Amino acid sequence: MMRYSGFKVIKEALTGHRGWGATWRDPEPKSDYDIIIIGGGGHGLATAYYLAKVYGQKRIAVLEKGWIGGGNVGRNTTIIRSNYLLDGNEPFYEFSLKLWEGLEQDLNYNAMVSQRGILNLIHTDAQRDAFIRRGNAMILNGADADLLTTKQIKERYPFLNTNNARFPIKGGLAQHRGGTVRHDAVAWGYARGADQLGVDIIQNCEVTGFLIENGVCSGVETSRGTIKAKKVASCVAGSSSRVMEKAGMRLPIESHVLQAFVSEGLKPVLPGVITFGAGHFYCSQSDKGGLVFGGDIDGYNSYAQRGNLPVVEDVCEGGMAIFPMLGRARLLRMWGGIMDMSMDGSPIIDRTHIEGLYFNGGWCYGGFKATPASGYVYAHLLARDEPHPTATAYRFDRFNRGLMIDEKGMGNQPNLH
Amino acid sequence: MLINHPLLGPRDAAEFTYMGDANLLHRPDWEAEDALQQFTDYGYLRDNPAGLHRELWFHEGGDRSWLVVTRDTTTHEVTAVELARDVARREGRSE
Repeated sequence: MMRYSGFKVIKEALTGHRGWGATWRDPEPKSDYDIIIIGGGGHGLATAYYLAKVYGQKRIAVLEKGWIGGGNVGRNTTIIRSNYLLDGNEPFYEFSLKLWEGLEQDLNYNAMVSQRGILNLIHTDAQRDAFIRRGNAMILNGADADLLTTKQIKERYPFLNTNNARFPIKGGLAQHRGGTVRHDAVAWGYARGADQLGVDIIQNCEVTGFLIENGVCSGVETSRGTIKAKKVASCVAGSSSRVMEKAGMRLPIESHVLQAFVSEGLKPVLPGVITFGAGHFYCSQSDKGGLVFGGDIDGYNSYAQRGNLPVVEDVCEGGMAIFPMLGRARLLRMWGGIMDMSMDGSPIIDRTHIEGLYFNGGWCYGGFKATPASGYVYAHLLARDEPHPTATAYRFDRFNRGLMIDEKGMGNQPNLH
Repeated sequence: MLINHPLLGPRDAAEFTYMGDANLLHRPDWEAEDALQQFTDYGYLRDNPAGLHRELWFHEGGDRSWLVVTRDTTTHEVTAVELARDVARREGRSE
């Protein structure tokens, strides 16, 4: 097991970089495991890591259809935060933010966690009231929240247009511990950590069916043969309906496309993450200098990983309303990712009605920030067969029982969350 | 994305509001034995297929008609557009 350190970098520099080796193994799948995780994205790899590290589980495999980190963990806008309102959500996301804060030391991997702060702008008096309420809920759950005046915002972010005639900036709710993370490195760091603890990460291995008899799941059929397991854990947000359909399940989820954008590289102009409160627009600047931004989902069912132009226009209009300087930057890249949009805008981490089959999905477009906690609580569920204390609300049956976790109060209309 | 409206011809999808799976035309019978379970499934569970999908689009920025659009969710290609009224009547609603 190789540990990364400054000393190691110098040593390798002097010896021609011949000693690095592969970051993780490329094992052949065994015929059976204790636990199979379907999906080698951030959440799946984190689940494997915490299962091995915290819950002492052995004989774990992560099955990935393509290459690890090739899904939404590589397609998001890299923001971390825990600024939620509802009791079912806020303790979970705050747990996640705390895990982010210790992640790099834990993994011995540079994930470039940068707590540069996130600011949600306020544009009306009613919105200020709502944000104060949310800030108080955050503080009650041990998170940080800071209400900023327009003057304070102007001092920190002089480029913001606070006097937009239609949507003047009336203040903002800041979470200074929020920020950004190098998203690919999260997948790679968890993969390396899990691999070192003996987890088999098996790429190019598509799950084509489940072995289910008398309501018990005992493994999966894959493109590389049948693999038995005591527990099978789906972790494929974006494609949840397609995978769980193979187990005969219909989910409270629609798949939608969310677009993201990066401008050409600029000198540092934007400290922190800023979100527009009157439309839907959020922006940060990557360490390479590109302005990374996005807004609403396109709003119709899609698995296409690309969107349409009306949303591009809407996102850019939102950006121009608060950052007139954005208009001087050219757009370098844009892409789409597929989101599990759930019926109440919140995720599901639960057992299914099939014994031995577990589900983690429905992340809407908030999955990246949840990666460490999602893995941790899913590992808890898999190892102990009971939910982690911060994730007790993420149940399948909350829809039957009327216990939705609907942050935005939109009802069962997935494209409005 | 263009939607070929049966009455108005090709229209920009941005004029429409997306209202979900066209199976929502078929509201369960409230008098059925298992009405509660049927309504829960109706309200919350979706097929969510990758491929052809029949879905409701409301022409909010136009003639305010409801359409049933058949569209491939992997390519966004629209292959059929009908008035939701015609589909509903054909499938036994509102008789």
